[in-house]
Amino acid sequence: MNAVLDPIAALGRAVLGLVRQSGALAMFALEGLSHLVRPPFYWRIFLSTLIETGFFSLPVVALTALFSGAVIALQSYVGFGQYHVQSAIAGIVVLAVTRELGPVLAGLMVAGRVGAAMSAQIGTMRVTDQIDALTTLSTNPMKYLVTPRLLAGTIALPCLVIVADVLGVLGGFTVSVAKLGFSPSTYITATLDSLKTMDVVVGLVKAAAFGFLIALLGCYHGYNSRGGAEGVGSATTAAVVGASILLLLFDYLLTDLFFSQ
Amino acid sequence: MSTPKIRIRGLSKAFGSKVVLDGIDLDVETGTSMVIIGGSGSGKSVLLRCILGLIEPDAGTIEIDGENVLTAPRGRQEILRRQIGMLFQNAALFDSMSVADNIAFGLRAKHSDRDGPVPSRSKARELAGGILQQVGLDPSVGQLSPSELSGGMQKRVGLARAIAGQPNILFFDEPTTGLDPIMGAVIDGLIVDCVQKLGSTAIAITHDMASAQRIGNQAAMLYQGKLVWQGLAADLMNSGNAMVDQFTHGRREGPITMELRK
Repeated sequence: MNAVLDPIAALGRAVLGLVRQSGALAMFALEGLSHLVRPPFYWRIFLSTLIETGFFSLPVVALTALFSGAVIALQSYVGFGQYHVQSAIAGIVVLAVTRELGPVLAGLMVAGRVGAAMSAQIGTMRVTDQIDALTTLSTNPMKYLVTPRLLAGTIALPCLVIVADVLGVLGGFTVSVAKLGFSPSTYITATLDSLKTMDVVVGLVKAAAFGFLIALLGCYHGYNSRGGAEGVGSATTAAVVGASILLLLFDYLLTDLFFSQ
Repeated sequence: MSTPKIRIRGLSKAFGSKVVLDGIDLDVETGTSMVIIGGSGSGKSVLLRCILGLIEPDAGTIEIDGENVLTAPRGRQEILRRQIGMLFQNAALFDSMSVADNIAFGLRAKHSDRDGPVPSRSKARELAGGILQQVGLDPSVGQLSPSELSGGMQKRVGLARAIAGQPNILFFDEPTTGLDPIMGAVIDGLIVDCVQKLGSTAIAITHDMASAQRIGNQAAMLYQGKLVWQGLAADLMNSGNAMVDQFTHGRREGPITMELRK
């Protein structure tokens, strides 16, 4: 009897745990957002997070985008060569970068770099009573720690993705012209012909959603971390893994929403 | 009879099946320094955290100046608790800020409208130097980060941050834990000075009997979530209560038994 019921009970517990966790995350997000319209707003925290996320992530995002664009051009050239449609490479590169690779790769890089840092910083504050100290100093920790980071993440990632889009296309252009023998003017014309405003806009909408999710998961796991250094480590891992999975899930949902027809 | 500064009635809190506070009744008169003693897990820290609003109790009332903070609207709760300053056991300094910024943060955060406009960041940093001197530190310490300070210095800075907003109520959570006896006595002396200068009401929780007698003029003991004794701090060492006597003299035999965790 137990052999039959135990797995079902375990599955039920897992589903209930997932529902509870999702609800707690949603409530956390709502509370964080609600402080956007209730003063005071901590501009210094917002600006420092914006710079940390948007500016100091530039090198890693730029390099990732540059090489990804270059690799797509190379792979497409080899693959499309079988069907003699190498001329489509410029369009493939620009669409892949603006619609998918720019936001997704920038998001994953920022999740690893900034999401982890947010979780570790807030988690350390939690286990060393600094968050309680904020409360005793008449400062709402959600308003002080979470809301500025949510806003900064939502704004910073689209800015990074604009740079990633440009550099991704540049990577494809450089390989196509320098290595594969494309004419620069032909490549640029093909790129501009293939690119639609909607592709860039949807990529930026995705980036904003990803930035929000990364900051949300980083803050949520840090804020709820327990048990000293080990707890902070677990929270950081959970923040990065959770943000990466949610980012890919939302990428599918947003792609389906905007491009499925 | 005047209203106590802090009045607690029937305060209870359980975590799962573990009852941590069990119907606590406690009055702390204005200007009193109340020391709460008790073994580890007796509920001292939870009691303090309930008063501070860091933990929500399951039942009971907590009144500050006759007003129940648990049922007051959120904005009113914040105003009532704005008059509380707190020194944490590990000082809980913000490690992303310099020492001066920590104190300036306390000064600006606790500033109330009746005191005039909130001081600018640079003005608050200037004022922080004076507050550092009050706790026996040179103003140049303000430029250091908390990680560069010894445990005793961190406690002093924590005290400076707690008193920066000139609170009416001061809480101290194990103020001498981790300090050598001389530094412990120094911190206790600073606490007594600060409480007297501000005319504040103070609650301290501690295991350290020497510290308890230096800081407090009133004392209470918690055991298994219940208040088992209340009296003068001067009577702690010969209270006539078997539990208090066993605890204050550190005897193995007596009514207090060590609970093994199951």
